[in-house]
Amino acid sequence: MTATIAREGRTATARPSRARTKRNLVTLALLAPALLGLIIFFVYPLIASVYYSFTRFDLVSPPEWIGLRNYTYLFTQDPNVWQATLNTLWFVVIWVPVKIVFALLIAGLLARAKSASGFWRTLFYLPALVPPVASVVAFVFLFNPGTGPVNQILKAIGIQGPLWFNDPAWSKPSLVLLGVWVMGDIMIIFLASLLDVPREQYEAASLDGASGLQQVRYVTLPSISPVLLFAVVTGVIAAIQYFTEAAVASGVASGKAVVGEGIGNNLGYPNGSLLTYTQWLYVRGFSTYQLGYASALAVLLFVVASVILILLLRRFKAFTPEGAR
Amino acid sequence: MTSTTLSRPTSASPTAPPKRKKPRRRGTALLGWIAEHTVLVALGILFIAPIVFVTLTSLMGSDQTLTASLWPNPFRWDNYVTVFTTVPLLQWFGNSALYAVLATVFMLVSSVPAAYALAKIKFRGANVLFTAIIIAMLLPPQVTAIPIYVMWSNLGLTGSLWPLILPNLLGDAFSIFLLRQFFLTIPTEYSDAARIDGNGEFGVLWRVVLPMAKPGIAATAIFMFFSSWNDYYGPLLYTSENPDAWPVAYGLASFRGVHGTDWGLTMAMTMLVTIPVVLIFFFAQRVFVEGITLTGVKG
Repeated sequence: MTATIAREGRTATARPSRARTKRNLVTLALLAPALLGLIIFFVYPLIASVYYSFTRFDLVSPPEWIGLRNYTYLFTQDPNVWQATLNTLWFVVIWVPVKIVFALLIAGLLARAKSASGFWRTLFYLPALVPPVASVVAFVFLFNPGTGPVNQILKAIGIQGPLWFNDPAWSKPSLVLLGVWVMGDIMIIFLASLLDVPREQYEAASLDGASGLQQVRYVTLPSISPVLLFAVVTGVIAAIQYFTEAAVASGVASGKAVVGEGIGNNLGYPNGSLLTYTQWLYVRGFSTYQLGYASALAVLLFVVASVILILLLRRFKAFTPEGAR
Repeated sequence: MTSTTLSRPTSASPTAPPKRKKPRRRGTALLGWIAEHTVLVALGILFIAPIVFVTLTSLMGSDQTLTASLWPNPFRWDNYVTVFTTVPLLQWFGNSALYAVLATVFMLVSSVPAAYALAKIKFRGANVLFTAIIIAMLLPPQVTAIPIYVMWSNLGLTGSLWPLILPNLLGDAFSIFLLRQFFLTIPTEYSDAARIDGNGEFGVLWRVVLPMAKPGIAATAIFMFFSSWNDYYGPLLYTSENPDAWPVAYGLASFRGVHGTDWGLTMAMTMLVTIPVVLIFFFAQRVFVEGITLTGVKG
């Protein structure tokens, strides 16, 4: 507040302190809705989640304190939490890097092919616009084992296609293909960053006799590494909360209604292979209304997410208050 | 963060010095050009194929979708009418429109002033507040979902979309972050000059920052509109037991369960859910792409 206040003090000589008070009030007024929102929809629920996690709570009767019982159940007895965690980890380890590598490759091709790049960029971005539910429904149809176009085309060239979304071994890879199809957002960010690499650096490297691959290794990658790290960390955050695509794929591929049942009916179909951690949290919380236990799952998710966030906040200028000034 | 860096990804050709002629390499350059464009065309076909097949199937009768043929015969344009009578699609579209429009308007009213204060006013606690907003933006929504659900349940508003609309009156973390990034690109000299001219903070925001930040505000509004239109988790949480309140994306997820294997109708509905989003994108492509770039490129 120093610079502006000082300037005002010089022009309006009257009472700087009253001007300051007024200015503080105006600032508070501008921020009031957001501050209230942060308290009601962020700070309070965070604290309440921790409290609920030590209780038995079904929404009908008030929460009843049971100490660490939810946590001991979580770590020693819960029949599904281990599978759900492993499935989620699978998405972190496979889904995130595959998506990023493809986005980077296509951004690289677009950065080089300068002719009509607006057309190509739009074409590769377009799938990212499709609402996630719609893209999953479309993919379950395209990859359906009986009459889906994908297996028809594979058959035409003599390959017996797998059961895709109906086979526990193929359901997750099918969602990776979907993830690659909708990688447009990261691709746009990579493309902008690739076009920001000064051309002179490539020319200098080329004069020094660096091959194409060496130029990628020693010029491109170092200059885009902040954006790459950004994509990895936001990708990991998306993967640990992976929910919609997996839940909808299970529901649509199993052919069972999700009406009124939430997602409890065909959980993780086929064979639990698409049961992710956040789906399990949802089921315990809102299908069986074990809100205390679901809160324990939420607290564990919070701990894991916080570790990732701390890494993020320390590495990215854009996410620090000084960033982007 | 100059306007040139911002608009660069949208311009057809990046600003680059004229290519130095290398006659020796012209042959390999041509081969490279052909190889690159072959890969681009092949990938392009793979990326567009799902949209083509979905469009074609949306025009097939239910019996034909169960055969091997991939081309509609006859073209069943009436799928796009039938789907409105099979499920309460008009009502679902109405719910989606209400959700997306109100969420966007409410978000703008509450988040623009907050983003302005964070970008253009120096005040004590600004850093703490900004960090809190970043954490709120990045933390998985499931972490805080249960107490928030309990609150809405006590207010008797579960079973409707209001628990997803009303919180936007109290700011949206991602929107505040994005708007702030846009506002920072406006040189401080403008807001300082307006203050010297006797404008209060509201005046600076209304007369100087808002007119200059129109593209950024538009991009943020479109992001909000899309994320509410596409939302599945929120409606699942609050409306799954009340089909009258479903938005259209949520209705689509349950469509096949109710209507068996009629892939023709399912694909027609898939198209109908997608078309509004694509239309908005083509009308606002430039500001939209700038918005995406700004979320990540300045890391």
